[in-house]
Amino acid sequence: MSQTEAPARKGGLAAGPLAGPTAWLDDRVGLATIVKKNLRKVFPDHWSFLLGEIALYSFIILLLSGTFLSVWFKPSMAEIIYTGSYDPLYGIEMSEAYASTLDISFDVRGGLLMRQIHHWAAALFLAAMMVHMLRVFFTGAYRKPRELNWLVGLGLLQLGIIEGFAGYSLPDDLLSGTGLRIAEGLMRSIPIVGTYISFFVFGGEFPGNEFIPRLYVAHVLLVPGILLALITLHMVLLVYHKHTQWPGPGRTNNNVVGYPLLPVYAAKAGGFFFVVFGVTALMGALFQINPVWVFGPYNPSQVTAGSQPDFYMGWLDGALRIMPAWEFTILDWTFSMNVFIPGVALMGLLFTILGAYPFVEQWVTGDRRVHHLLQRPRNAPTRTAFGAAGITAYGLLWISGGNDIIATQFQLDFYWITRLLRVLVFVGPVLAFVATRRVCIGLQRKDAEVVVHGFETGIITRSPDGEYSERHLPLSPAEAWTLSAHDRTEPAGLPAASDHNGVAAPHGRVEQVRGRLSRFWVGHDHQKPTADEVREAHEHHADDDELEPAEQQFGGVNELGVPRRH
Amino acid sequence: MTDQRSPRPGNEDALPARPGSVPGTGEHSHDDGREPGREVEHHHGDPVADPGLHEHVPRPSDVDPALDKRAERLVATMFGLSALLTLAFCVAYFAIPEDAVVANTSAMNLALGGTLGLALLFIGFGAVHWARTLMDDHEIVELRHDAASPAEDRAEAVATIEQGNTESGFGRRPLIRNTLVASMGALGLPTVVLLRDLGPLPGSDPKTTVWANGVRVVEDPSGEPIRPEELTVGSLVNCEPGVFFETDEEGEPLYEGTELLNAKAKAAVIVVKMAPEEITPTEGREDWGVDGVLCFSKICPHLGCPISLWEQQTRNLICPCHQSTFDLADGGSVVFGPAKRPVPQLQLGVDDDGYLIALGDFADPVGPSFPEMYQD
Repeated sequence: MSQTEAPARKGGLAAGPLAGPTAWLDDRVGLATIVKKNLRKVFPDHWSFLLGEIALYSFIILLLSGTFLSVWFKPSMAEIIYTGSYDPLYGIEMSEAYASTLDISFDVRGGLLMRQIHHWAAALFLAAMMVHMLRVFFTGAYRKPRELNWLVGLGLLQLGIIEGFAGYSLPDDLLSGTGLRIAEGLMRSIPIVGTYISFFVFGGEFPGNEFIPRLYVAHVLLVPGILLALITLHMVLLVYHKHTQWPGPGRTNNNVVGYPLLPVYAAKAGGFFFVVFGVTALMGALFQINPVWVFGPYNPSQVTAGSQPDFYMGWLDGALRIMPAWEFTILDWTFSMNVFIPGVALMGLLFTILGAYPFVEQWVTGDRRVHHLLQRPRNAPTRTAFGAAGITAYGLLWISGGNDIIATQFQLDFYWITRLLRVLVFVGPVLAFVATRRVCIGLQRKDAEVVVHGFETGIITRSPDGEYSERHLPLSPAEAWTLSAHDRTEPAGLPAASDHNGVAAPHGRVEQVRGRLSRFWVGHDHQKPTADEVREAHEHHADDDELEPAEQQFGGVNELGVPRRH
Repeated sequence: MTDQRSPRPGNEDALPARPGSVPGTGEHSHDDGREPGREVEHHHGDPVADPGLHEHVPRPSDVDPALDKRAERLVATMFGLSALLTLAFCVAYFAIPEDAVVANTSAMNLALGGTLGLALLFIGFGAVHWARTLMDDHEIVELRHDAASPAEDRAEAVATIEQGNTESGFGRRPLIRNTLVASMGALGLPTVVLLRDLGPLPGSDPKTTVWANGVRVVEDPSGEPIRPEELTVGSLVNCEPGVFFETDEEGEPLYEGTELLNAKAKAAVIVVKMAPEEITPTEGREDWGVDGVLCFSKICPHLGCPISLWEQQTRNLICPCHQSTFDLADGGSVVFGPAKRPVPQLQLGVDDDGYLIALGDFADPVGPSFPEMYQD
């Protein structure tokens, strides 16, 4: 840092050898070596890298607000008479869990705020994890060497969903009890052992008096403990691999360009934690969430119309709603596929696909190289199309979770909507796949066109011999590089199924399949232009009066036909 | 494509970025005098060359001391405001009455959340603004390393493990190795066995309810018994077994607390009255009603939600959770939705006083399906 003439202050960090408490600490734990190695660690800058940070920060907010709530919450299903200050429920029999949630909301100052911060932060935690995961997926950030961190992230998302469901089930109000009733039904649907699982989990019949205390231990100790361990692993791997970066001038697969942890990232990331915390606190102040006092205590013979789970459970609820009534009995055993497939198997299917995807892609494309540069979604059209298909399926199931609300709000026929969704959930993803891949390939063509010929300016010139032509604005070298820094793709060649003696090649069948899949995967990609193509185009344009390359991004032309430059 | 895995660079210090240079091309001088040992990055088939990092463009606050001062003041103002808001939070905590209401919401919640939220935001905005306007904004280039260990480390690691194996005799003494593996594996059993007391075995519990011959069908939540002639055609009444409202000799309720909830989760019913000519009774159940009054389980055979939406015109009962629809005039059969089984019916009769009673337990399993549902 800057060497000023001012005499180094005694004991100051910049004053040379360590002294005082820092020296005391370094004598014992060798702090300086760690500090030296890591405090100037470089992080690249991009808005999409903040999504994971939001997830991390909301987890910290959850730990803080959750600790506050645990001081007053009583995880007990013992029935008591409510005598707190919320008048409409005064004198009513309810569980201690529900009564203590009312106390937190009405009789502990700041309790309602903490409850609402906790619930909003939970929703934010799940939403941020999902969007972060989509970012990682669509940019190919999960590729080697980061496949393991993708799996760790997947584990975090699954645990987060369980943790969230456990959390909103704890207050033992009418809505959360209805959710647990459904969860118990899902357990029962597991073939052969379902009833036993339900009885072991609930300590007997539903609802019993064992479940809330058990759920509480899972919610405040077991699951957060595993979450914390996995988050630590996620961060350690992030630091070890160093962050991925977008291609750009000077950014290669072998370096990372950005700002140092100390001071810029410490200030930006640390400041961003306070921004996320501040936003959740304002949401807790301004937007009501889960007003348990409105629902009343759990009563297995009551329910409110329009019951909806938290948003991250909506797609499962939707799947349960549109599943046809498929149940059969074989040899005295009943198999409730109308519940098991959407309620249990679907979640398993989603996470299996997500977990397997990096390895399947690696096998099909044969790309086992190390990747630190991100891909623009358009440059991996098949992956982007798979992602779009997945989002479409998820979105349609999520919409199905509100089929009754859609029917009542839009005055539509409920049966018709449900039947339509049953079809759409299969057709929609296929359409999304085809359309997305076409759009991606179209965008690739556009990029290639722009790299070769530059931007269209809309400026038409007439040559002295009467020929009309449009002027092109060449890209700046930085832009041209950014648009063409990605790898080319090439489908794996089809190996011969047998050699010239007719002997079947080892793994011949598997390789044939791989070859075909690989053609499907990357065979339609539009490749970036070659250096020769660019050179030829420039020579061609040299005849026209080509415009000077834009220093900055091309911003269209103004009303006089002159290109705008930022 | 070329193999993108670079040789391990000589040091891991971050290098200050140089405008116009391509990091990793060996242009940098190194203080320790070592050559970086890296080859020029060569991209086969790249249409254009990497122009290298952008030249650093100074920000307005870098060149204009007035702007620099202004940014500094702004950051300090935000930090200061944050501290004031935190103080306001503490004042609000003690000053605002707990039951005060502002704009239809708790004044306490609004004040605490508003001050805390803004206090946190001002710290965040201040720190970010400081980083963006005042901190050094030269980009830094750091070299990556292979995630994999160098070959010699790998070889050494394998040798070390091999040494451990040799010194312990783990591979050489299969008897010890196998018995150790078996004993460790056996420890898995207690972890499962110990969970046995999580709950009782199901037995016949999921198949039975408290309904029995002679149990009165009473209104929920009043506990009033029902005379069939008092019901109007088209009406639906939520009901419970009368035993929920009875007490033993010492005046204690027969069912209370958890036991009551467990029993209620299976025994809740609805009683409907329809014009007898509208009803198409299930075969063999023609006499299960009393003058057009029928009784069905209120617990959905899909996933156990209380089925509570009654469409008088179509005589359909709809579950609010997953919209399974049942036709009560047709023995509770499924009209639409994910439920497979009809909603179970309870056989009704009238006791000597003219009140509705059950003539036995449900004939079909109540609530969500389970594997042993149709076993004896």
